[in-house]
Amino acid sequence: MDLQGFGHLLISGTWVTIQLALSSLLVGLVLGLTGAAAKLSKNRVARWLATGYTTLVRGLPELLLVLTIYFGGSQLLMWIAGGFGYTEYIEIGPFVAGVAALSIAFGAYATEVFRMAMMEIPKGQWESGLACGMSTPRTFFRIILPQVWRLAIPGLGNLFQVLLKDTALVSVVGLNDIMRQSQVAISSTKEPFTFFMVAAFIYLLLTAATTGFTMFMERLANPAARGNRG
Amino acid sequence: MTWEWDVIWKYFPRLLEGAWLTMELVLISGLIGIALAIPLSLMRASTRPWVKALPFAYIYFFRGTPLLVQIFLVYYGASQFEAVRESVFWPMLRQPYWCAIIAFSLNTAAYSAELFRSAIQAIPTGEIEAAEAMGMNKSTQIRRIILPRAFGIALPAYGNEVILMLKGSALASTITLLDLTGMARTIIARTYTPLEMFLAAGVVYLAISALIIALFRFMEYRFNRYQYYHHTETPVDLDPQLRDPHIDQK
Repeated sequence: MDLQGFGHLLISGTWVTIQLALSSLLVGLVLGLTGAAAKLSKNRVARWLATGYTTLVRGLPELLLVLTIYFGGSQLLMWIAGGFGYTEYIEIGPFVAGVAALSIAFGAYATEVFRMAMMEIPKGQWESGLACGMSTPRTFFRIILPQVWRLAIPGLGNLFQVLLKDTALVSVVGLNDIMRQSQVAISSTKEPFTFFMVAAFIYLLLTAATTGFTMFMERLANPAARGNRG
Repeated sequence: MTWEWDVIWKYFPRLLEGAWLTMELVLISGLIGIALAIPLSLMRASTRPWVKALPFAYIYFFRGTPLLVQIFLVYYGASQFEAVRESVFWPMLRQPYWCAIIAFSLNTAAYSAELFRSAIQAIPTGEIEAAEAMGMNKSTQIRRIILPRAFGIALPAYGNEVILMLKGSALASTITLLDLTGMARTIIARTYTPLEMFLAAGVVYLAISALIIALFRFMEYRFNRYQYYHHTETPVDLDPQLRDPHIDQK
């Protein structure tokens, strides 16, 4: 296949896509864990907030989130900052808007995955941790979280695949990712099919790599399933 | 920040026009998607490797690449080939509406085929063996046992797929279609009120997904009625002639 010298452009776009996906994953995981903690907490307001967050975000198109944050985000931020007496202009770039939108979407689905995983842990695990004299946070980090991880990884892997594919939407607001760079290449070569097909195969490669990594993480998080081979 | 309610009220009818197109896109491509997904899932559930290979590759490609790439491949990509531009399909492939329908149908067919396959494989083996024992041949089995059972099993998961399709249909706005998102973007270009218009569009999206969820709840109740059946005890003072010896054998 003849890329007519646009190969390096696609590679730089792939790098931007990977950076965007990983940053959104990190922020999204924090949002998801917070959301799950809020949904399982005894505080009624926290439960309502978390339920509202997941219900709203899961019913909205990701493209709408990206557009809202990119075009309306600075207006909103300036209004909030204005309340604190800051009156300078605040601009939100496509990368920041992309990370914000994708992590909010990822966090809403991850909340459900983490909540399900936390509910799967038998109550006896908590009780025996406390009986051994550990404090509640210590029980959570030493006993519960490693097991939640094992139960949550397959679900999170699927969500990350969705996130990876959604990164393509940020090209609509002008981030130089794979999609945008292939459009640049197309505008001078006039070969849309070739370059979008190359873009499709780059995405396939990335999702395949993610599947492999998820399987590796599943093995890592579940020593029991490895049996006596390891 | 000034919040302009009047803009929302003024342009709300235009947004509803967009919502209509969104629902039309989801419905038409959903139906075409199901029609494609049924043969694909039956082939995918086969035990013969050469029957499985083609649907596997199809599903892998469409589930592994972003919907945006697929839409652009159909809308912009098809025009690269002289043969396509001179074929009878060109008047259709030139219009963004049909390109969106083609891309959405192919995409949802891949996801639904995977759902239907797992539903087909979740049918208890005993039921297939019972059909076998009744002397049904393969096509009668598929028509009478496998497809109706798989339909009931796949229904809740298919509801989720329809919601995902609704969210994906927002991408139609990237190829100049005036669906709900496209309409909101057009209005914003004129009024410059992004937060107000996107919020209004979001509310309409939430309303449509609530509608879809309600529809699927109802269908689930209707088609999976056995899951909602509660046995009520027969009253002790019931007329003995009305008793059914098969149900209460006390």
